[in-house]
Amino acid sequence: MRDFALSRPTTLAEAAAAFASGGEAAYLAGGHTLLPAMKSRLRMPDTLIDLSALPGITGVHHEADRLWIGALTTHAAVADDATVQSTIPGLARAALLIGDPMVRNRGTIGGVLANNDPAADYPAMAVAMDAVIETDRASHSADDYFQGMFATALEDGEIITRIGFRIPERAAYAKFRHPASRYAIVGVFVARFADGEVRVGIIGAGPGVFRWPQAEAALKNDFSPAAIKGLVLDSADLNTDIHAGPEYRAHLCGVMLANAVGEA
Amino acid sequence: MEIGLTINGTERSADVPAATLLVDMLRDELGLTGTHIGCDTSQCGACNVLLDGKVVKSCTLLAAQAVGTQVTTIEGLADGDMLHPMQAAFKAEHGLQCGFCTPGMVMAGLEIVRRHGTQVTAEQVTHDLEGNLCRCTGYINIVKAIVTGARAMGETVDA
Ligand SMILES: Cc1cc2nc3c(=O)[nH]c(=O)nc-3n(C[C@H](O)[C@H](O)[C@H](O)COP(=O)(O)OP(=O)(O)OC[C@H]3O[C@@H](n4cnc5c(N)ncnc54)[C@H](O)[C@@H]3O)c2cc1C
Ligand code: FES
Ligand code: FES
Repeated sequence: MRDFALSRPTTLAEAAAAFASGGEAAYLAGGHTLLPAMKSRLRMPDTLIDLSALPGITGVHHEADRLWIGALTTHAAVADDATVQSTIPGLARAALLIGDPMVRNRGTIGGVLANNDPAADYPAMAVAMDAVIETDRASHSADDYFQGMFATALEDGEIITRIGFRIPERAAYAKFRHPASRYAIVGVFVARFADGEVRVGIIGAGPGVFRWPQAEAALKNDFSPAAIKGLVLDSADLNTDIHAGPEYRAHLCGVMLANAVGEA
Repeated sequence: MEIGLTINGTERSADVPAATLLVDMLRDELGLTGTHIGCDTSQCGACNVLLDGKVVKSCTLLAAQAVGTQVTTIEGLADGDMLHPMQAAFKAEHGLQCGFCTPGMVMAGLEIVRRHGTQVTAEQVTHDLEGNLCRCTGYINIVKAIVTGARAMGETVDA
Protein backbone atom coordinates (compact mmCIF):
# COMPACT_ATOMS: atom_id res chain seq x y z
CA MET A 1 0.00 0.00 0.00
CA ARG A 2 1.30 3.49 -0.78
CA ASP A 3 1.79 5.66 2.30
CA PHE A 4 -0.58 8.53 3.11
CA ALA A 5 -1.23 11.16 5.75
CA LEU A 6 -3.80 10.00 8.28
CA SER A 7 -6.01 12.23 10.41
CA ARG A 8 -8.76 11.51 12.91
CA PRO A 9 -10.93 14.64 13.18
CA THR A 10 -13.40 15.09 16.02
CA THR A 11 -15.87 17.40 14.26
CA LEU A 12 -17.65 17.19 10.90
CA ALA A 13 -16.28 20.61 9.92
CA GLU A 14 -12.69 19.49 10.56
CA ALA A 15 -13.28 16.32 8.56
CA ALA A 16 -14.69 18.21 5.58
CA ALA A 17 -11.84 20.74 5.79
CA ALA A 18 -9.26 17.94 5.80
CA PHE A 19 -10.94 16.47 2.72
CA ALA A 20 -10.82 19.82 0.90
CA SER A 21 -7.21 20.55 1.84
CA GLY A 22 -5.86 19.30 -1.47
CA GLY A 23 -4.54 16.11 -3.02
CA GLU A 24 -6.56 12.94 -3.34
CA ALA A 25 -8.44 12.46 -0.08
CA ALA A 26 -10.68 9.63 1.13
CA TYR A 27 -12.77 9.04 4.22
CA LEU A 28 -12.11 5.85 6.16
CA ALA A 29 -14.97 4.09 7.95
CA GLY A 30 -14.73 0.30 8.44
CA GLY A 31 -12.12 0.08 5.69
CA HIS A 32 -13.54 -3.16 4.29
CA THR A 33 -13.95 -1.76 0.82
CA LEU A 34 -11.35 0.99 0.87
CA LEU A 35 -8.36 -0.92 2.31
CA PRO A 36 -8.67 -3.88 -0.12
CA ALA A 37 -8.88 -1.33 -2.95
CA MET A 38 -5.77 0.43 -1.63
CA LYS A 39 -3.89 -2.86 -1.22
CA SER A 40 -4.47 -3.64 -4.88
CA ARG A 41 -3.70 0.00 -5.79
CA LEU A 42 -7.08 0.55 -7.35
CA ARG A 43 -7.13 3.55 -5.05
CA MET A 44 -4.10 5.55 -3.91
CA PRO A 45 -5.28 8.42 -1.71
CA ASP A 46 -2.60 10.64 -0.22
CA THR A 47 -4.85 11.81 2.62
CA LEU A 48 -6.96 9.42 4.66
CA ILE A 49 -9.51 10.83 7.10
CA ASP A 50 -10.66 8.36 9.74
CA LEU A 51 -14.29 9.16 10.64
CA SER A 52 -14.43 6.97 13.74
CA ALA A 53 -13.90 9.77 16.28
CA LEU A 54 -16.79 11.94 15.05
CA PRO A 55 -19.34 12.42 17.84
CA GLY A 56 -22.77 10.81 17.49
CA ILE A 57 -21.93 8.90 14.31
CA THR A 58 -22.68 5.44 15.71
CA GLY A 59 -25.73 3.97 17.38
CA VAL A 60 -29.46 3.51 16.89
CA HIS A 61 -32.38 5.83 17.73
CA HIS A 62 -36.10 5.33 17.32
CA GLU A 63 -37.85 8.64 16.57
CA ALA A 64 -41.56 8.71 15.63
CA ASP A 65 -42.03 6.63 12.47
CA ARG A 66 -38.32 6.26 11.70
CA LEU A 67 -35.40 4.18 12.91
CA TRP A 68 -32.14 6.14 12.66
CA ILE A 69 -28.80 4.37 12.40
CA GLY A 70 -25.49 6.24 12.68
CA ALA A 71 -23.31 5.98 9.58
CA LEU A 72 -20.42 4.27 11.39
CA THR A 73 -22.59 1.60 13.02
CA THR A 74 -21.17 -1.80 12.10
CA HIS A 75 -23.22 -4.57 10.52
CA ALA A 76 -22.79 -6.66 13.70
CA ALA A 77 -24.02 -3.77 15.86
CA VAL A 78 -27.14 -3.41 13.67
CA ALA A 79 -27.81 -7.15 13.88
CA ASP A 80 -27.36 -7.23 17.67
CA ASP A 81 -29.19 -4.01 18.57
CA ALA A 82 -32.31 -4.55 20.71
CA THR A 83 -34.10 -1.52 19.19
CA VAL A 84 -33.49 -2.73 15.62
CA GLN A 85 -34.63 -6.23 16.60
CA SER A 86 -37.88 -4.93 18.10
CA THR A 87 -38.77 -2.24 15.51
CA ILE A 88 -37.54 -3.86 12.25
CA PRO A 89 -36.56 -7.48 12.95
CA GLY A 90 -36.15 -8.10 9.19
CA LEU A 91 -33.36 -5.50 9.12
CA ALA A 92 -31.50 -7.12 12.03
CA ARG A 93 -31.72 -10.51 10.31
CA ALA A 94 -30.59 -9.02 6.99
CA ALA A 95 -27.49 -7.45 8.57
CA LEU A 96 -26.40 -10.94 9.63
CA LEU A 97 -26.32 -11.96 5.95
CA ILE A 98 -23.65 -9.38 5.03
CA GLY A 99 -20.18 -10.83 4.42
CA ASP A 100 -18.78 -12.91 7.28
CA PRO A 101 -18.34 -12.35 11.05
CA MET A 102 -15.09 -10.40 10.61
CA VAL A 103 -16.58 -8.17 7.90
CA ARG A 104 -19.62 -7.56 10.12
CA ASN A 105 -17.42 -6.51 13.06
CA ARG A 106 -15.79 -3.73 10.99
CA GLY A 107 -17.91 -2.79 7.95
CA THR A 108 -20.36 0.07 8.41
CA ILE A 109 -23.76 0.99 6.98
CA GLY A 110 -22.53 4.43 5.88
CA GLY A 111 -19.57 2.87 4.07
CA VAL A 112 -21.87 0.55 2.16
CA LEU A 113 -24.23 3.37 1.14
CA ALA A 114 -21.37 5.71 0.15
CA ASN A 115 -19.77 3.00 -1.96
CA ASN A 116 -23.01 1.73 -3.59
CA ASP A 117 -21.63 -1.53 -4.94
CA PRO A 118 -24.36 -3.05 -7.17
CA ALA A 119 -24.22 -6.26 -5.09
CA ALA A 120 -24.14 -4.59 -1.65
CA ASP A 121 -27.13 -5.37 0.56
CA TYR A 122 -28.12 -2.15 2.38
CA PRO A 123 -29.23 -0.26 -0.76
CA ALA A 124 -32.13 -2.77 -1.01
CA MET A 125 -33.21 -1.96 2.56
CA ALA A 126 -32.76 1.79 2.01
CA VAL A 127 -34.97 1.84 -1.08
CA ALA A 128 -37.60 -0.56 0.29
CA MET A 129 -37.88 1.36 3.56
CA ASP A 130 -38.01 4.78 1.94
CA ALA A 131 -34.84 5.80 3.78
CA VAL A 132 -33.51 9.28 4.36
CA ILE A 133 -29.74 9.53 4.01
CA GLU A 134 -28.53 12.47 6.08
CA THR A 135 -25.18 14.09 5.49
CA ASP A 136 -23.14 16.98 6.84
CA ARG A 137 -24.82 19.23 4.27
CA ALA A 138 -28.05 17.67 2.94
CA SER A 139 -30.78 15.11 3.34
CA HIS A 140 -31.33 12.66 0.46
CA SER A 141 -34.30 10.40 -0.13
CA ALA A 142 -33.27 6.87 -1.13
CA ASP A 143 -35.26 7.08 -4.38
CA ASP A 144 -32.97 9.92 -5.56
CA TYR A 145 -29.78 8.96 -3.77
CA PHE A 146 -28.75 5.83 -5.70
CA GLN A 147 -27.66 6.64 -9.24
CA GLY A 148 -26.41 3.34 -10.67
CA MET A 149 -23.18 1.41 -10.28
CA PHE A 150 -20.97 3.03 -7.58
CA ALA A 151 -22.75 6.36 -8.22
CA THR A 152 -24.70 8.34 -5.60
CA ALA A 153 -26.04 11.83 -4.99
CA LEU A 154 -23.09 12.56 -2.67
CA GLU A 155 -20.92 15.51 -3.63
CA ASP A 156 -17.15 15.33 -3.31
CA GLY A 157 -16.33 15.36 0.39
CA GLU A 158 -19.93 15.00 1.61
CA ILE A 159 -20.14 12.87 4.78
CA ILE A 160 -23.06 10.55 5.55
CA THR A 161 -23.98 10.99 9.22
CA ARG A 162 -27.06 8.80 9.66
CA ILE A 163 -29.71 6.81 7.84
CA GLY A 164 -33.40 6.91 8.76
CA PHE A 165 -35.56 3.95 7.75
CA ARG A 166 -39.35 4.38 7.72
CA ILE A 167 -40.53 1.60 10.03
CA PRO A 168 -42.63 -1.00 8.22
CA GLU A 169 -45.23 -3.29 9.74
CA ARG A 170 -43.72 -6.31 8.07
CA ALA A 171 -40.40 -6.70 6.27
CA ALA A 172 -37.87 -9.33 5.27
CA TYR A 173 -34.82 -9.91 3.08
CA ALA A 174 -33.99 -12.87 0.89
CA LYS A 175 -30.53 -13.19 -0.59
CA PHE A 176 -29.23 -15.66 -3.14
CA ARG A 177 -25.52 -15.67 -2.41
CA HIS A 178 -22.55 -16.42 -4.53
CA PRO A 179 -21.13 -19.39 -2.60
CA ALA A 180 -17.53 -18.15 -2.59
CA SER A 181 -17.68 -14.35 -2.37
CA ARG A 182 -20.83 -14.29 -0.16
CA TYR A 183 -22.05 -11.30 -2.17
CA ALA A 184 -25.58 -11.39 -3.55
CA ILE A 185 -26.26 -12.68 -7.04
CA VAL A 186 -29.73 -11.34 -6.26
CA GLY A 187 -31.05 -9.82 -3.01
CA VAL A 188 -34.66 -8.68 -2.44
CA PHE A 189 -36.00 -6.69 0.50
CA VAL A 190 -39.76 -6.26 0.84
CA ALA A 191 -41.51 -3.88 3.24
CA ARG A 192 -45.22 -3.36 3.92
CA PHE A 193 -46.24 -0.21 5.79
CA ALA A 194 -49.22 0.54 8.06
CA ASP A 195 -50.92 2.60 5.30
CA GLY A 196 -50.86 -0.46 3.00
CA GLU A 197 -47.98 0.70 0.80
CA VAL A 198 -45.57 -2.03 -0.29
CA ARG A 199 -42.02 -1.33 -1.49
CA VAL A 200 -39.58 -3.80 -3.03
CA GLY A 201 -35.82 -3.09 -3.30
CA ILE A 202 -33.65 -5.35 -5.48
CA ILE A 203 -29.83 -5.51 -5.54
CA GLY A 204 -27.34 -7.71 -7.40
CA ALA A 205 -29.60 -8.14 -10.40
CA GLY A 206 -28.99 -4.83 -12.15
CA PRO A 207 -26.29 -2.14 -12.44
CA GLY A 208 -27.72 -0.55 -9.27
CA VAL A 209 -30.55 -0.99 -6.78
CA PHE A 210 -34.07 -0.69 -8.25
CA ARG A 211 -37.73 -1.11 -7.30
CA TRP A 212 -40.24 -3.48 -8.91
CA PRO A 213 -43.48 -1.46 -9.30
CA GLN A 214 -45.63 -4.33 -10.76
CA ALA A 215 -44.79 -6.57 -7.81
CA GLU A 216 -45.40 -3.72 -5.35
CA ALA A 217 -48.89 -3.16 -6.82
CA ALA A 218 -49.74 -6.88 -6.75
CA LEU A 219 -48.55 -7.19 -3.14
CA LYS A 220 -50.48 -4.11 -2.08
CA ASN A 221 -53.71 -5.93 -3.00
CA ASP A 222 -52.65 -9.23 -1.50
CA PHE A 223 -49.47 -9.52 0.58
CA SER A 224 -48.76 -13.18 -0.11
CA PRO A 225 -46.34 -15.19 -2.29
CA ALA A 226 -49.37 -16.28 -4.39
CA ALA A 227 -50.02 -12.66 -5.43
CA ILE A 228 -46.78 -12.52 -7.43
CA LYS A 229 -46.90 -16.03 -8.84
CA GLY A 230 -46.26 -15.88 -12.58
CA LEU A 231 -45.06 -12.28 -12.47
CA VAL A 232 -41.74 -12.07 -14.34
CA LEU A 233 -39.33 -9.14 -14.15
CA ASP A 234 -38.20 -7.70 -17.50
CA SER A 235 -34.61 -8.94 -17.93
CA ALA A 236 -33.59 -6.33 -20.54
CA ASP A 237 -31.44 -4.22 -18.19
CA LEU A 238 -30.19 -6.96 -15.87
CA ASN A 239 -26.57 -7.96 -15.28
CA THR A 240 -24.85 -10.85 -16.93
CA ASP A 241 -21.62 -12.52 -15.84
CA ILE A 242 -20.17 -16.03 -15.57
CA HIS A 243 -22.41 -16.76 -12.58
CA ALA A 244 -25.82 -15.84 -13.95
CA GLY A 245 -27.37 -14.45 -17.12
CA PRO A 246 -30.19 -11.87 -17.19
CA GLU A 247 -33.10 -14.36 -17.54
CA TYR A 248 -31.85 -16.43 -14.61
CA ARG A 249 -31.41 -13.28 -12.52
CA ALA A 250 -34.96 -12.18 -13.41
CA HIS A 251 -36.24 -15.61 -12.34
CA LEU A 252 -34.27 -15.39 -9.07
CA CYS A 253 -35.82 -11.98 -8.32
CA GLY A 254 -39.30 -13.56 -8.38
CA VAL A 255 -38.21 -16.51 -6.23
CA MET A 256 -36.37 -14.32 -3.70
CA LEU A 257 -39.30 -11.90 -3.48
CA ALA A 258 -41.70 -14.79 -2.79
CA ASN A 259 -39.33 -16.07 -0.09
CA ALA A 260 -39.07 -12.62 1.48
CA VAL A 261 -42.87 -12.14 1.48
CA GLY A 262 -43.26 -15.58 3.05
CA GLU A 263 -40.80 -14.68 5.81
CA ALA A 264 -42.08 -11.14 6.49
CA MET B 1 3.72 7.37 13.33
CA GLU B 2 3.85 5.99 16.87
CA ILE B 3 1.33 3.18 17.46
CA GLY B 4 0.65 2.09 21.04
CA LEU B 5 -1.67 -0.77 21.92
CA THR B 6 -2.00 -3.68 24.30
CA ILE B 7 -1.14 -7.05 22.79
CA ASN B 8 -1.84 -10.20 24.77
CA GLY B 9 -1.95 -8.15 27.95
CA THR B 10 1.35 -6.33 27.40
CA GLU B 11 1.66 -2.71 26.26
CA ARG B 12 3.56 -2.56 22.98
CA SER B 13 4.44 0.21 20.58
CA ALA B 14 6.14 0.71 17.25
CA ASP B 15 7.02 3.60 14.99
CA VAL B 16 5.62 2.66 11.57
CA PRO B 17 4.29 4.39 8.42
CA ALA B 18 0.56 5.25 8.54
CA ALA B 19 -0.09 2.71 5.76
CA THR B 20 1.04 -0.21 7.96
CA LEU B 21 -1.56 -2.94 8.34
CA LEU B 22 -2.04 -4.38 11.81
CA VAL B 23 -0.93 -7.82 10.58
CA ASP B 24 2.37 -6.40 9.28
CA MET B 25 3.02 -4.59 12.55
CA LEU B 26 2.37 -7.81 14.49
CA ARG B 27 4.56 -9.97 12.28
CA ASP B 28 7.35 -7.67 11.13
CA GLU B 29 7.71 -5.18 13.99
CA LEU B 30 6.79 -7.31 16.98
CA GLY B 31 7.80 -10.78 15.79
CA LEU B 32 4.35 -12.25 16.45
CA THR B 33 4.31 -14.51 13.40
CA GLY B 34 1.52 -16.79 14.62
CA THR B 35 -0.95 -14.52 12.82
CA HIS B 36 -0.77 -15.55 9.15
CA ILE B 37 -1.38 -13.86 5.81
CA GLY B 38 -3.22 -16.21 3.47
CA CYS B 39 -4.59 -13.87 0.82
CA ASP B 40 -4.48 -10.38 -0.58
CA THR B 41 -8.22 -9.94 -0.84
CA SER B 42 -9.61 -10.00 2.73
CA GLN B 43 -11.23 -13.38 2.16
CA CYS B 44 -9.36 -16.13 4.03
CA GLY B 45 -9.36 -15.25 7.74
CA ALA B 46 -5.82 -16.61 8.36
CA CYS B 47 -5.00 -13.19 9.83
CA ASN B 48 -7.85 -13.15 12.38
CA VAL B 49 -7.11 -11.60 15.76
CA LEU B 50 -9.39 -10.37 18.52
CA LEU B 51 -9.71 -6.59 18.77
CA ASP B 52 -11.32 -5.61 22.07
CA GLY B 53 -12.68 -9.15 22.20
CA LYS B 54 -14.19 -9.28 18.69
CA VAL B 55 -12.68 -11.14 15.77
CA VAL B 56 -11.33 -8.99 12.92
CA LYS B 57 -9.12 -9.54 9.88
CA SER B 58 -5.81 -7.89 10.82
CA CYS B 59 -4.94 -7.58 7.11
CA THR B 60 -7.90 -5.25 6.61
CA LEU B 61 -7.20 -2.91 9.49
CA LEU B 62 -4.55 -0.23 9.76
CA ALA B 63 -2.33 -0.54 12.80
CA ALA B 64 -3.36 3.07 13.40
CA GLN B 65 -7.00 1.97 13.73
CA ALA B 66 -5.98 -0.28 16.63
CA VAL B 67 -4.33 2.45 18.73
CA GLY B 68 -5.43 2.11 22.35
CA THR B 69 -7.18 -1.23 21.84
CA GLN B 70 -6.62 -4.66 23.37
CA VAL B 71 -5.44 -7.14 20.73
CA THR B 72 -5.32 -10.89 21.31
CA THR B 73 -3.29 -13.04 18.92
CA ILE B 74 -2.85 -16.81 18.84
CA GLU B 75 0.31 -16.37 20.96
CA GLY B 76 -1.83 -14.96 23.75
CA LEU B 77 -4.13 -17.95 24.26
CA ALA B 78 -2.07 -20.67 25.95
CA ASP B 79 -1.37 -20.49 29.66
CA GLY B 80 2.33 -21.41 29.74
CA ASP B 81 2.50 -24.99 28.45
CA MET B 82 -1.25 -25.45 28.84
CA LEU B 83 -3.06 -25.00 25.55
CA HIS B 84 -6.27 -22.98 25.55
CA PRO B 85 -9.26 -25.42 25.36
CA MET B 86 -9.96 -24.25 21.81
CA GLN B 87 -6.36 -24.99 20.76
CA ALA B 88 -6.41 -28.36 22.54
CA ALA B 89 -9.63 -29.27 20.71
CA PHE B 90 -7.99 -28.64 17.31
CA LYS B 91 -5.25 -31.08 18.33
CA ALA B 92 -7.66 -33.68 19.70
CA GLU B 93 -10.04 -33.58 16.73
CA HIS B 94 -7.33 -33.38 14.04
CA GLY B 95 -8.68 -29.97 13.07
CA LEU B 96 -5.56 -29.15 11.07
CA GLN B 97 -3.25 -30.56 8.44
CA CYS B 98 -0.69 -28.01 7.23
CA GLY B 99 -1.79 -25.62 9.99
CA PHE B 100 -1.66 -22.47 7.91
CA CYS B 101 -5.32 -21.54 8.46
CA THR B 102 -5.34 -22.74 12.09
CA PRO B 103 -4.58 -19.52 14.03
CA GLY B 104 -7.42 -17.80 12.18
CA MET B 105 -9.74 -20.76 12.70
CA VAL B 106 -9.04 -20.80 16.45
CA MET B 107 -9.79 -17.06 16.67
CA ALA B 108 -12.99 -17.56 14.65
CA GLY B 109 -13.86 -20.36 17.08
CA LEU B 110 -13.54 -17.97 20.03
CA GLU B 111 -15.85 -15.48 18.31
CA ILE B 112 -18.36 -18.27 17.70
CA VAL B 113 -18.36 -19.09 21.43
CA ARG B 114 -18.71 -15.38 22.26
CA ARG B 115 -21.76 -15.07 19.98
CA HIS B 116 -23.47 -18.43 20.45
CA GLY B 117 -22.20 -19.71 23.81
CA THR B 118 -20.55 -22.99 24.73
CA GLN B 119 -23.56 -25.09 23.60
CA VAL B 120 -23.19 -23.94 19.98
CA THR B 121 -24.37 -26.42 17.31
CA ALA B 122 -22.30 -27.78 14.41
CA GLU B 123 -24.71 -26.01 12.05
CA GLN B 124 -24.07 -22.62 13.69
CA VAL B 125 -20.32 -23.25 13.54
CA THR B 126 -20.50 -24.14 9.86
CA HIS B 127 -22.45 -20.97 9.11
CA ASP B 128 -20.14 -18.70 11.09
CA LEU B 129 -16.98 -20.11 9.45
CA GLU B 130 -18.07 -18.49 6.19
CA GLY B 131 -15.11 -16.09 6.32
CA ASN B 132 -12.36 -18.66 6.93
CA LEU B 133 -10.73 -20.70 4.19
CA CYS B 134 -8.89 -23.99 4.64
CA ARG B 135 -7.18 -25.65 1.70
CA CYS B 136 -6.48 -28.99 3.43
CA THR B 137 -9.00 -30.43 5.83
CA GLY B 138 -12.38 -30.22 4.10
CA TYR B 139 -13.63 -28.40 7.24
CA ILE B 140 -15.35 -31.41 8.87
CA ASN B 141 -12.77 -31.74 11.65
CA ILE B 142 -12.51 -27.98 12.09
CA VAL B 143 -16.23 -27.82 12.83
CA LYS B 144 -15.87 -30.75 15.24
CA ALA B 145 -12.90 -29.07 16.93
CA ILE B 146 -14.79 -25.82 17.49
CA VAL B 147 -17.80 -27.66 18.96
CA THR B 148 -15.46 -29.67 21.22
CA GLY B 149 -13.52 -26.54 22.17
CA ALA B 150 -16.73 -24.69 22.99
CA ARG B 151 -17.91 -27.49 25.32
CA ALA B 152 -14.49 -27.59 26.99
CA MET B 153 -14.60 -23.83 27.53
CA GLY B 154 -17.98 -24.32 29.23
CA GLU B 155 -16.48 -26.88 31.59
CA THR B 156 -13.49 -24.66 32.43
CA VAL B 157 -15.87 -21.82 33.31
CA ASP B 158 -18.19 -24.09 35.30
CA ALA B 159 -15.34 -25.79 37.22
C1 LIG C 1 -14.72 -10.45 2.27
C2 LIG C 1 -15.75 -9.37 2.18
C3 LIG C 1 -17.10 -9.72 1.96
C4 LIG C 1 -18.07 -8.72 1.90
N1 LIG C 1 -19.37 -9.09 1.69
C5 LIG C 1 -20.34 -8.14 1.62
C6 LIG C 1 -21.71 -8.49 1.42
O1 LIG C 1 -22.09 -9.66 1.33
N2 LIG C 1 -22.62 -7.49 1.32
C7 LIG C 1 -22.26 -6.17 1.44
O2 LIG C 1 -23.13 -5.30 1.36
N3 LIG C 1 -20.99 -5.80 1.63
C8 LIG C 1 -20.02 -6.76 1.72
N4 LIG C 1 -18.72 -6.38 1.92
C9 LIG C 1 -18.39 -4.96 1.99
C10 LIG C 1 -18.50 -4.46 3.41
O3 LIG C 1 -19.86 -4.40 3.83
C11 LIG C 1 -17.84 -3.07 3.52
O4 LIG C 1 -17.60 -2.89 4.86
C12 LIG C 1 -18.67 -1.92 2.99
O5 LIG C 1 -18.93 -2.04 1.64
C13 LIG C 1 -17.96 -0.60 3.15
O6 LIG C 1 -18.10 -0.15 4.45
P1 LIG C 1 -16.84 0.31 5.27
O7 LIG C 1 -17.35 0.87 6.53
O8 LIG C 1 -15.90 -0.82 5.38
O9 LIG C 1 -16.30 1.50 4.36
P2 LIG C 1 -14.84 1.92 3.89
O10 LIG C 1 -14.17 0.81 3.19
O11 LIG C 1 -14.13 2.57 5.01
O12 LIG C 1 -15.26 3.03 2.84
C14 LIG C 1 -15.88 2.70 1.60
C15 LIG C 1 -16.09 3.97 0.77
O13 LIG C 1 -17.11 4.79 1.33
C16 LIG C 1 -16.60 6.05 1.76
N5 LIG C 1 -17.23 6.34 3.05
C17 LIG C 1 -17.25 5.51 4.14
N6 LIG C 1 -18.01 6.04 5.12
C18 LIG C 1 -18.48 7.21 4.64
C19 LIG C 1 -19.36 8.23 5.19
N7 LIG C 1 -19.91 8.11 6.41
N8 LIG C 1 -19.65 9.30 4.41
C20 LIG C 1 -19.12 9.41 3.18
N9 LIG C 1 -18.31 8.50 2.61
C21 LIG C 1 -18.00 7.41 3.33
C22 LIG C 1 -15.10 5.86 1.82
O14 LIG C 1 -14.41 7.06 1.58
C23 LIG C 1 -14.86 4.84 0.72
O15 LIG C 1 -14.81 5.45 -0.52
C24 LIG C 1 -17.70 -7.35 2.02
C25 LIG C 1 -16.37 -7.00 2.24
C26 LIG C 1 -15.39 -7.99 2.33
C27 LIG C 1 -13.97 -7.59 2.56
S1 FES D 1 -4.90 -12.58 5.05
FE1 FES D 1 -6.48 -11.48 6.00
S2 FES D 1 -8.24 -12.34 5.12
FE2 FES D 1 -6.66 -13.39 4.07
S1 FES E 1 -4.91 -27.01 7.53
FE1 FES E 1 -3.91 -26.38 5.72
S2 FES E 1 -5.08 -24.62 5.14
FE2 FES E 1 -6.21 -25.44 6.77
